[in-house]
Amino acid sequence: MQQLDCPIIGRRPISEFVYGGEVRRPPPGDAPLADVADHAFNRTGQPTVLREWWFHRPTGRWFVLERNTLSNVVERVVPPQEVAYAIPTL
Amino acid sequence: MPWRLLKIGLRGAHKEPRFFPEPADLRDSYDVVIIGGGGHGLACAYYLATRHGIRNVAVLEQGYIGGGNTGRNTTIVRSNYLTPDGVRFYDASVRMFQRLSQELDINLFYSTRGHYTLAHSDEAMRTMRWRAEVNRHLDVDSQVVDRDAVGRGIPGLDLDCGGSQPVMGALYHAPGAVVRHDAVAWGYARAATNNGVEVHQKTRVTGMQVENGRVCGVATDRGNIRCGAVVSMVAGSTPRITEMAGLSTPIEIFPLQACVTEPVKPFLDTIVVSGSLHVYVSQSSRGELVMGASVDPAVLHSTRSSFEFVEGLADRIVDLFPFTARLRINRQWAGMSDMTPDFAPIMGTTPVSGFYLDAGWGTWGFKATPISGSTMADTVANNRNHELIEPFRFDRFADFQLVGEKGAASVGH
Repeated sequence: MQQLDCPIIGRRPISEFVYGGEVRRPPPGDAPLADVADHAFNRTGQPTVLREWWFHRPTGRWFVLERNTLSNVVERVVPPQEVAYAIPTL
Repeated sequence: MPWRLLKIGLRGAHKEPRFFPEPADLRDSYDVVIIGGGGHGLACAYYLATRHGIRNVAVLEQGYIGGGNTGRNTTIVRSNYLTPDGVRFYDASVRMFQRLSQELDINLFYSTRGHYTLAHSDEAMRTMRWRAEVNRHLDVDSQVVDRDAVGRGIPGLDLDCGGSQPVMGALYHAPGAVVRHDAVAWGYARAATNNGVEVHQKTRVTGMQVENGRVCGVATDRGNIRCGAVVSMVAGSTPRITEMAGLSTPIEIFPLQACVTEPVKPFLDTIVVSGSLHVYVSQSSRGELVMGASVDPAVLHSTRSSFEFVEGLADRIVDLFPFTARLRINRQWAGMSDMTPDFAPIMGTTPVSGFYLDAGWGTWGFKATPISGSTMADTVANNRNHELIEPFRFDRFADFQLVGEKGAASVGH
């Protein structure tokens, strides 16, 4: 069974996680439409170390991992401070 | 004939014609370079040579022909899509498939089976009615059938699916078919080489030369090639190629897995898909059940198959066909799907002049092999998008003109 390292409670089966996709910096509110479309649709498609959102269902927490999309090895857990700009605020 | 056999026995078979002629050395210049020797690339080469007289064409394949997603899909051909753009396009493909064995002079084992898409909820029934109306409007044979008709049409099916998700009805699509996928690639490859196209296997493209917004050649692990046009038809490797051309796309690569059981007596003469149970199944002419599910949960550039997939699929197929609990899985495999946000392909011209893209084939590419080959050949020959692929153009995302085909994907993703 494939497992993923949950930063909160350690290694858990992959079936407990939901994939949230690549972390992308949203454009400013007055950005031109082309930038909005680029943010909405375009992705880093080629194999690389990708910074991506993951959700752990049982603990109900979102977190960010850096994962090699060729080897499927998680290289780093990204502290929330590093991606704070992307976390929705009330 | 025995004399001929004796002659071959004594003299050897080296002078006999082979299915594929020995490829010539890679030249340093072609009119058109097609990257990817799968069904799409070989079909495009064939139609460039036969319909447009462009024979100075090289197909470059990093592995062997048909060894990528052409040989990894579950061989289903259908046109019961949701958007008029999609239905028109895939219907043209089904019609080409029906004549293809004759045209390529090879037995493709094309077998029209009928195709049931099961609905387990009111919402799914609504989508089935929607698809049936769009299909019939465009002269595609699809109809909504009720639960009893599903029971009569599919032997061995548990209409209650173990009690959890009872079948309410289905979309029945009579032209749905299965076809031997390797033979499609082989047939197109032979027909293309007979018309002067060069197919180079084990030739990997490592770079692309773009000058002043115009493509002028590719670099390969066997040397550089100058060319007037490059067509990328590489499915799961698309982002690597578009990166060479300096283009951003919405394509993400997810593994898609499938498996076959041990062969059993023929009992299932139709194709069964359940979106809610994330499974599709048909019986091959060898008697194996060919089964697939939705894509893996996260982006990954890998063709390794996983235990999670086969465990999940077995759980759901036993709900659908209880007797399959006695069957064993013989083989499982994976392919790399180039998924797009709207579940429609990305085809035609790109911002780089002379660079054409045939991509975003996700989990729906094999059934489009003949039509994408012919429309891309037309697009390359005339340097403007063929009318059938205009809705799938590269810049539709920048214009927010998505095609919205997710409701017709074989299983929910």
